[in-house]
Amino acid sequence: MAQRAIREYDGKAIFAKHWTKYFSGFHYGFKSVLVTSGAELKAKAKEHGFEWLSQEPLVAKPDMLFGKRGKNNLVLFKTNKPGDVTLDEAAAWIDEKISKTTTLLTGQHGTLSHFIVEPFTPHTQEQEYYISATTVGEDDVLFMSAEGGMEVEEGWDEKVNEVRIPINMSDADMEHAIKANVPSDIPAATRQSFTSFAIQFFKFYRDMNFAYLEINPIVMLANNEMAILDLVARLDDTAGFMMGEAWGEIEFPTAFGMEDQSPEEKAIAEADAKSGASLKLTILNPMGRIWTMVAGGGASVVYADTIADLSGDVKDLANYGEYSGGPTTGETKFYAETVLDLMTRHKDPKGRNKILIIGGAIANFTDVAKTFTGIIQAFEVYAEKMKAHNTRIYVRRGGPNFEKGLKDIKAAADRLGLYIEVYGPETHVTDIVRMALAK
Amino acid sequence: MGALFTKETQAIFWNNNASAIQRMLDYDYVINRSKPSVAAIVAPTSNNLFEKFFYGPDEIMIPLYRNTADAAKAHPKADVLLNFASFRTAYDVTMEAIAIKGQFRTVMVTAEGIPERLARKMNQAARDAGVIVIGPATVGGIAPGAFKIANVGGTIENIVSSKLHRAGSCGLVTRSGGLFNELSNIISINADGIAEGVAIGGDRFVGSVFIDNLLRMQNNPQVKYMVLLGEVGGTEEYKVIEAVKSGKITKPIIAWCIGTIAKHFSSGVQFGHAGASANADAETAAAKNTAMAEAGIYVPESFNDLPLKINEVYNKLKAEGVIGEIEEPELRKVPSVRRAKQFICTISDDRGDEATYAGYPISSVATPDTGFGIGDVMSLLWFKKRYPKWATDYIETVIKTVADHGPAVSGAHNAKVTARAGKDVISSLVTGLLTIGPRFGGAIDDAARYFKYANDNGMSPKEFIDYMKKEGIPISGIGHRIKSVRNPDLRVSGLKKYAAEFFPATPLLDYALEVEKLTTSKKDNLILNVDGTIGILMVDMWRALGYCEKEIDGFIDAGALNAFFVVGRSIGFIGHILDEKRLGMPMYRHPMDDILYNVEKAEEI
Repeated sequence: MAQRAIREYDGKAIFAKHWTKYFSGFHYGFKSVLVTSGAELKAKAKEHGFEWLSQEPLVAKPDMLFGKRGKNNLVLFKTNKPGDVTLDEAAAWIDEKISKTTTLLTGQHGTLSHFIVEPFTPHTQEQEYYISATTVGEDDVLFMSAEGGMEVEEGWDEKVNEVRIPINMSDADMEHAIKANVPSDIPAATRQSFTSFAIQFFKFYRDMNFAYLEINPIVMLANNEMAILDLVARLDDTAGFMMGEAWGEIEFPTAFGMEDQSPEEKAIAEADAKSGASLKLTILNPMGRIWTMVAGGGASVVYADTIADLSGDVKDLANYGEYSGGPTTGETKFYAETVLDLMTRHKDPKGRNKILIIGGAIANFTDVAKTFTGIIQAFEVYAEKMKAHNTRIYVRRGGPNFEKGLKDIKAAADRLGLYIEVYGPETHVTDIVRMALAK
Repeated sequence: MGALFTKETQAIFWNNNASAIQRMLDYDYVINRSKPSVAAIVAPTSNNLFEKFFYGPDEIMIPLYRNTADAAKAHPKADVLLNFASFRTAYDVTMEAIAIKGQFRTVMVTAEGIPERLARKMNQAARDAGVIVIGPATVGGIAPGAFKIANVGGTIENIVSSKLHRAGSCGLVTRSGGLFNELSNIISINADGIAEGVAIGGDRFVGSVFIDNLLRMQNNPQVKYMVLLGEVGGTEEYKVIEAVKSGKITKPIIAWCIGTIAKHFSSGVQFGHAGASANADAETAAAKNTAMAEAGIYVPESFNDLPLKINEVYNKLKAEGVIGEIEEPELRKVPSVRRAKQFICTISDDRGDEATYAGYPISSVATPDTGFGIGDVMSLLWFKKRYPKWATDYIETVIKTVADHGPAVSGAHNAKVTARAGKDVISSLVTGLLTIGPRFGGAIDDAARYFKYANDNGMSPKEFIDYMKKEGIPISGIGHRIKSVRNPDLRVSGLKKYAAEFFPATPLLDYALEVEKLTTSKKDNLILNVDGTIGILMVDMWRALGYCEKEIDGFIDAGALNAFFVVGRSIGFIGHILDEKRLGMPMYRHPMDDILYNVEKAEEI
């Protein structure tokens, strides 16, 4: 993986942890809690340091990586008028949300489970600003606008100034570039403060290995008191090994609306985590007709491409995944059994036979015969079920010991009465897809 | 600049990845390279000086270094660094390599998942320094018939069947390493193989991108057309389109972006590499394939039709006479069974017509007319170098000076006693030699070691004396039983006179004489003695011969100084033994009145 989204709450926690080091001259209270139920919120209010939950009017919203919460009517900030939400009301609202399915304007749907609750911050539109940073091409880019909130997204080009900061730019040049590009419509009274904040914001974004960091809006109150009203952040998780302490306890949640992983996908992911080899499985359509068991990341993509291109219906493609990096026979057997089990659960709705693609490019140093041993063992367990689904097997593979591998798998399938065709490197890697679909 | 690698290219391999290195050497052997493609290995935690590898049926030794700087210094012509460090250290290794001015032309980085910001810094630093970075997250690349990076191409059988053993006419650039082999195979079946190929790597930020490699291939006369296998995500393919449109690239390109599947799934499913996800419509595989086709690049209908497209372009170029016939080279075969050698010898060889000493046939060093003395033979067999005359003369002077010191010293006495017990020459000699050590003869070693240590660490003579006093160690090489300032040891005078006349410089002796001035001011007989002079002058000899301090320390630690004493004194011991035999002396028994007996009855416990 690389760039992964984090919760708004966790993003703010990173700010709070490093605030004094990066944002000298500014203040940030970090009054935020992350809860999963009304009861948890109420319990939190009794803890020392969280008295504000019962003393101040609150704002509550889901903290589950998706944006446009305002437009989705998922920000609780008023009962009768803005800034009158009590602890009890916030708790009741959360409990209502977790009890039913929510559908977003984008069509994503699921059950809300995580909420961020904060004090209501009275402020004027003039106090709202926009700031964000990310990588575009090879450079970092800082975006600044005198207008925050939803307004900035409408009329982006006119309202937002961007500063490109190449990776090798010196701090002095970077500061100069930011100063020179602060939007002209930021009032003179706050201009200096905003500039200073923007420079520190960029350094914070850079040093903390964010891939994306957006505050919209950032509110500048009296006495340089800053309120981070809404935050979106992605971290470069490959930097995790050196950022552990700086990030603290960080979670990379699954996107809202993505169905939670199936038990089979979880099991493969767990096996992957324990293994030195790579095992990946995503179920695209459990009812699909064509199942794949492909060695290698690049090859798995071209098989998926070719199946979608040649089948004419992407729904035929049941799964996506790969095994590579020299899995043991046991690991390959487990992987194969998982796929075969999924494949033989449902009859094809149109009554067609099932197709199993055991594909792969020419391996560098994986022993093909050895990995096929695991697949053959899985065949022995699932042969009857595979036959019940009229499964046709197409194999294509090259690399060390491929002749033996192909011979072994053919012999095993023949012995078990399974339909099989096997091909080596003389056949184009994805041509078995064409052959399978032509029949 | 045309080709990325030539048949002369040599690499420094960072990390002792023995199996990958062996594959490179097997390839080198098969394609008849004259030198192995790996010049040195950097193994930061190893104490070994070299690692053995097979080269065809034989074994060769590849030197190991603790860091890149040392390896680079010893192998200035190795201009490729194969960085096989983990994602944690790969950045530091690359940055260190780039900082070595004028050494590396290409750095290949295999680690996957280097933090993006570090990868960007690294790539920028390389661009600024004019160094080509291949990767990160790649298997590397190959210039068939010349140089192969690590595991590219797979087994030797596959390499030959995919025609990766000799240059074809296609330039291949892929993102995926796994499909690189496959593409090589497709190109070998449908055309005549590749002239140069690079898998640029799967991470989001890679050093050299498609366009960098294609522009180089445009300038490489061996490359007649290019195959580009792109991927969903990123906009690098558009740079290629621009170059084609502007005429910077004129050779035909056949291209395909994999990952067309991604358009069917809105989000969440990561198809392929970290770099592979489309953030905008233009980054989808379909959009890129369309745009490339519109620019006049050969784009097949689907990945499955890629072979046909390659075949079509190849046949067209062949018909036009752009591509000619390729002559298949003679290949050597790597034996299927090879046995690692138990012993290594680097000083002499008895396999030819005549045995050699460090490459010199014995007859060319033995007789007087050859001009070689025993000092020359010792320099050949002990140090694998032909020393100049002043140095071999010094060695011989030392041997002659230490040959004997009378019958009373413990070694000679032991030898004599053993000979009188009726034992043979070897047994008698060995008892004499076995007394050589810290108290007898060992002063040469210690004098060299301590004086050199003090001198290396910039201690003044006074600081040195104080230091040794504090450590409670008598200064080796200083002091004599009888000789003194007024009654000088003529052996020492002779050595000093010889050195003054023939050594280019004697810095350590000069230092030792300053020390001697201080010690003799305290006591008249605390002179620099013969052991000290020999050891110290030996250090000066090695310095003048161009050895570095580390190598000289290595000689001292290995006991080379003691060895001069062993050789020299063996002459004397054998003299004493032969003397005893000649005299027919009886068994020796020590007189009892010369022994103080002080034995009490053992206490019971």
